[in-house]
Amino acid sequence: MIPLSGDLGDTKGVVKEKIGSFSTIRGTSTLKRGFAHMLKNGVVMDVTTVEQAQIAEDAGAVAVMVLDKLPSDVRKAGGVARTASIRIIQEIMDSVTIPVMAKCRIGHVYEAMVLQETNVDMIDESEVLTPADENRHIWKWDFTSPFVNGARNLGEALRRIEEGAAMIRTKGEPGTGNVAEAVIHIKNVNTELRRIKSIYDAGDEQDLISVARELKVSYSVVEETASLGRLPVVNFAAGGISTPADAAYLMTLGCDGVFVGSGIFKADDAKERAQAIVLATTFWEDPDKVKEAQKMIDERQSMLGLDTKNLELRMQERGSTA
Amino acid sequence: MSGINIGILAVQGDVAENILATKMAIEELGMEGIVTEVKTPEQISDLDGLIIPGGESTVIGTLSLVNGSLKKIKEKIASGMPVFGICAGMIMLSKKAKDRVVGEMDQPLLDFLDVKIERNAFGRQKDSFESEISMDKIGIPKFPGVFIRAPSIIETGKDVEVLSKFNEKIIAVKQGNILGTAFHPELTGDISLHKYFVSMIGKN
Repeated sequence: MIPLSGDLGDTKGVVKEKIGSFSTIRGTSTLKRGFAHMLKNGVVMDVTTVEQAQIAEDAGAVAVMVLDKLPSDVRKAGGVARTASIRIIQEIMDSVTIPVMAKCRIGHVYEAMVLQETNVDMIDESEVLTPADENRHIWKWDFTSPFVNGARNLGEALRRIEEGAAMIRTKGEPGTGNVAEAVIHIKNVNTELRRIKSIYDAGDEQDLISVARELKVSYSVVEETASLGRLPVVNFAAGGISTPADAAYLMTLGCDGVFVGSGIFKADDAKERAQAIVLATTFWEDPDKVKEAQKMIDERQSMLGLDTKNLELRMQERGSTA
Repeated sequence: MSGINIGILAVQGDVAENILATKMAIEELGMEGIVTEVKTPEQISDLDGLIIPGGESTVIGTLSLVNGSLKKIKEKIASGMPVFGICAGMIMLSKKAKDRVVGEMDQPLLDFLDVKIERNAFGRQKDSFESEISMDKIGIPKFPGVFIRAPSIIETGKDVEVLSKFNEKIIAVKQGNILGTAFHPELTGDISLHKYFVSMIGKN
């Protein structure tokens, strides 16, 4: 059984139909969140071409995320970053057997519709792309396809879940090759979870109500999350992961898996690095195996990366107040 | 009996849900036993029963091959240990798998369950569905089937018993000590299938 906290039940995205002699239902929270559960302990890799997608699959990626440009190139290029070419997404869907995800702009309902019609397995409403509506994220209950959203803290995570996100990932600071912000974000979420769990355990309903007001999220979602002591959906780390040790470190902080963006295909040893990051994510509890994984990469081939303190563009702030 | 030892293969996928469902099944059956995550050949060698959970079969297969678990699981199944493969786990147990879109697959498999499997047989995630199914042969007339990018079985060998079908598609099978389903019992609140598997271990 998986937690269904915040589930709105019979929403627009839920489709009932008869197939042969069976009554079926699609787009339920069990199916959307359940899909994310199948990705646990895995690595989702950003890709821009069929070749990269195949390298990712062969390396043991649990899914690929299709973008027009890798996050570090989005940062360099400037301008408006939009959803990837549908033709490329389709070519990738036809060439790998693992799930294929794609990003849409925050709040861009119709880019998401187009991705759902394209039949991608999961839609990432992502701060890496230029937001279309920073005040209002997509109401994800209207969709049959599941969504993943970024979050920097518990409030953002729960607001996205309330809107129908089936999976959460940290935002980190995409395209920097610097894991520091992802570390802060996962620690923020963990600290806040510990706090609401202790309030729940103390039976202090009044305090829990004030937490709900502070996080701008409904009381029932806060209460159920507090009782679980963890997010009611699968929670991955993302943003700046570049090495096997980065991935393993985030797993030790309680993440269910990792997304790797520019870290792999902006490195000069992408193939080995992809495999090494998968090994480190799987065997993160065994330092010797993580060392072996780290040995597979060459630090001189890592992407140079950026200091996250002096960035002109902080992608993580996009859509964070909504 | 005193203390059965059931492992959930914890390479990748939905391990925690299976631990919970199996623990509940043991308790409801009034049996004694432990349920643990297993990853290494050493952990697997001590088991009385194993569940290979849902996840991505290419990932679970490749990584189990890397650390020698695949070989150990093969030995244990050959020696009669009951094993339950769910979705990706059932693909792992099979002799042959192909993908609906990409075609014939060359992925590491355990090569026991005498079936040919079609991966992603019902389509992509948007086509994932829930439906009530039945497994009358094992005394479960109604079961909430949760199908997530699910496979189906397209050919079965003579020793394979078909437990359930969704229209024409085979979705649950048994072959001696091997149980396999295309759907995910661990995502539902119904533990009858986990209880059936625990009983298989109990009788072993």
